[in-house]
Amino acid sequence: MLALSDLQRLEAESIHILREVAAEAARPVLMYSIGKDSSALLHLAIKAFHPAPMPFPLLHIDTGWKFREMIAFRDATAARLGLDLRVYTNPEGVRLGINPFTHGSEVHTDVMKTQALKQALDANRFDFVVGGARRDEEKSRAKERIFSFRSSTHHWDPKDQRPELWRLYNLRIGKGESIRVFPLSNWTEIDVWRYIRQEKIPVVPLYFAKERPIVERDGALIMVDDARMPLARGERPRMRRVRFRTLGCYPLTGAVESDAGSVDAIIAELENSHASERTGRVIDHDGAASMERKKREGYF
Amino acid sequence: MNLLDQVTPARAAPTEVRRSTLLRFITCGSVDDGKSTLIGRLLYETGSLADDQLAALAADSRKAGREAGDLDYSLLLDGLAAEREQGITIDVAYRYFATRRRKYIIADTPGHEQYTRNMATGASTADAAVILVDARKGILPQTRRHGYIAALLGIRHVVLAVNKMDLVDYAEPAFAAVRDAFEVFARGIGIESVAAIPTSATKGDNVASPGPNTRWYRGPTLLDWLETVEVEDLARAAPFRFPVQWVNRPDAGFRGFAGMVASGSVRPGQRLRALPSGREATLARIVAAGGDLPEAVSGQSVTLTFDEEIDVSRGDLISSIERPAGVSDQFEAHLVWMGDQPMLPGRPYLFRFGTATLAGSISHLKHRVALETLEHVAARTLALNEIGVCTVILDRRVAFDRYAENRETGGFIVIDRMTNQTVGAGMIHFALRRAQNIAWQATSVDRSARATIKQQAPCVLWFTGLSGAGKSTIANLVESRLLALGRHSYLLDGDNVRHGLNKDLGFTPADRVENIRRVAEVARLMADAGLIVLVAFISPFRAERRLARDLVGTGEFFEIFVDTPLAVAEGRDPKGLYKRARRGEIANFTGIDSPYEPPEAPELRIDTVALTPAGAAERIVEMLRAAGKLGEH
Repeated sequence: MLALSDLQRLEAESIHILREVAAEAARPVLMYSIGKDSSALLHLAIKAFHPAPMPFPLLHIDTGWKFREMIAFRDATAARLGLDLRVYTNPEGVRLGINPFTHGSEVHTDVMKTQALKQALDANRFDFVVGGARRDEEKSRAKERIFSFRSSTHHWDPKDQRPELWRLYNLRIGKGESIRVFPLSNWTEIDVWRYIRQEKIPVVPLYFAKERPIVERDGALIMVDDARMPLARGERPRMRRVRFRTLGCYPLTGAVESDAGSVDAIIAELENSHASERTGRVIDHDGAASMERKKREGYF
Repeated sequence: MNLLDQVTPARAAPTEVRRSTLLRFITCGSVDDGKSTLIGRLLYETGSLADDQLAALAADSRKAGREAGDLDYSLLLDGLAAEREQGITIDVAYRYFATRRRKYIIADTPGHEQYTRNMATGASTADAAVILVDARKGILPQTRRHGYIAALLGIRHVVLAVNKMDLVDYAEPAFAAVRDAFEVFARGIGIESVAAIPTSATKGDNVASPGPNTRWYRGPTLLDWLETVEVEDLARAAPFRFPVQWVNRPDAGFRGFAGMVASGSVRPGQRLRALPSGREATLARIVAAGGDLPEAVSGQSVTLTFDEEIDVSRGDLISSIERPAGVSDQFEAHLVWMGDQPMLPGRPYLFRFGTATLAGSISHLKHRVALETLEHVAARTLALNEIGVCTVILDRRVAFDRYAENRETGGFIVIDRMTNQTVGAGMIHFALRRAQNIAWQATSVDRSARATIKQQAPCVLWFTGLSGAGKSTIANLVESRLLALGRHSYLLDGDNVRHGLNKDLGFTPADRVENIRRVAEVARLMADAGLIVLVAFISPFRAERRLARDLVGTGEFFEIFVDTPLAVAEGRDPKGLYKRARRGEIANFTGIDSPYEPPEAPELRIDTVALTPAGAAERIVEMLRAAGKLGEH
């Protein structure tokens, strides 16, 4: 009898979770953030419902500051797979010209991500909101449920979470309330890459090492992705061979120096890496317990 | 302690783990047993902590008042701000690490007494348990509780880490005494394999590498034990079970049943049985995204199709024919209570078994288990974190296995209908045969025959409201009007019933529930006899009125809210009860020191300030007429 590998077990668990959503949700949505975790999640969601099409739309919260290659990849993916992709940007933020340079990462993230997400969820009355977050990313995420309840104001109360026993999830919600669903909860960063290799899942080329125009800001290697990036007098982007371990808004996402130009090389690099995945994310360092606070307020 | 100086960590980071197995384990221990340090040590020595995590930990430890180089691993694990502020672990945290051999998921469960529910949660999916004890303190009541919960949730492999050996000078007799005491206890509660390891999490002895200070110990280190413990795949060996999650029906040409194989294995061509219906069909295909599979085994998510049309939907269990699952609507089960509100026998709850969600109640609590002594104690309710043995009654039949035989199909959760909170977790012992022994006696004269001869449709009018609101007065007038119309009725009045049928019941929450349950059952029998039944009870709680509504059945149940402001009712005070309650002579008096939960959607609301009792009675008769209950054309 065949023995299941750990990746097969993870895949089966994620598919089980996605099917629970399809069975119980009135208005489900899959949050698509274009990164490797979203790519794996999308692949799993397509597999889960075969031969039927995936029964939920995709939602991307566009802050207006994503890498250009991310947006191109997003649109190509939606077209290739024939997906119902919805893109939302906070119109108030656009009107006020919110950006990470003048307003700082905290205000930018709050207005263009957290508030935007809440607006989009409210407008569509989505009740089950599926995302690609993993417990190994950050220590407040390590405490989050797979089916994580949110109040009608999208508030997360980490001290009052529903216990999850066996595979018996409690999916009951009242009017206006919602559940955030994390099918990749038990995956680690290297699991995701091994799965991407096994299933040949396309990812944004920014994950692979290449010469890119870089300036150094507070120790972070920031790629100058477009002309909106203000440069100090005399500051010149230098071409450096880098790749990204995670993807977000380009001014807030630090690159790492790397030669890894393929999925195999990335896996080899991670196996010998002594740095954690989110070190390059500027917003994670906005004060102590900053992820927990953002999550309580409704951030994914 | 300064790990960074003392240890050269085996940064032999996992090279490719292509076909590794997965081991899920829980760690349990009391607050000061050194659990966080032990986990931190495991993560560190398996090269699972990144440099920046270590640097952040060093900085956090300094902030928490530790000396330079002294790492406080609890800061690494306690992810919530409240946990770091209070220096305690509140919630289950999941941690991940891998070696060449295995991938590990640790459910780190808090040691505090009030968090039993978290340990049960972590244990429900674990293959093994690491229980920590402090070598100086030995087996504590807490240790017994951890062992008991692990055994109750079906963990068969337990390792006892006798920690802080450095503080007892690594003395073998100290270790042996703890080990022997635990082995006796573990055998008594049915744990199959127990190992004991002398450890020092702070110094590193026998965590990931053998300790130089315990040369008398020849057994494995903790990591060795985890790497090699044989976790037989019980689910794989059990009979085939497949809870149907979702019906996949993209077009008329395809109808498949999606789910995860809970246990056993299956191949196309096998005859299978759908439960609870009992219908059988032959498996045609095992559909997966990459192409059809020749076999599906426990743990795989697949889609099954059959060679004939079979009526199966979410909540059904597809089962082996040779060794089918049981089907019942009554069970005896162990119950771990997780709700802030105590469990009340008779109160309606929702139950999730597999993919089925059913209404039901806990009819009877056999006993509570005192976790310190494991003695059985008589009890009427279970409070948060208490464990007991009870009877569960469901509103319809469901497929199940005994928990001891199948963890996937023998466990259930309990959900509060009002708050939607998960308030309990249960493990089935066996089905109560009562449901089968006392078969429903089919009678040749049925309810519609009895009702027809009375030229009416039976129903239950449930009057709820404060004491003195006017329920009995209005109900009496309605009954007089019905009599005048030649209709057959009966009035059940709260006070009268308490003098007879329910005279053994007091006014505690548990007794109030039983009071309402009995009255609702009597009302149902009378409706079955063809009567229009009037029930005038304060019935202050929504959950109890919901119970009555569920028992009677929608369409025959009319909730009539006799709405009188408290001040008005208190001013009337026909029986002088409010005055006595105000003087403190009556406890738990509705409206004074016990709440009244007004109906959210009653069939009729009577405003007794605006309407006379006669006017109210007229409105109720009109409602019955409009609903076709008076048999007039």
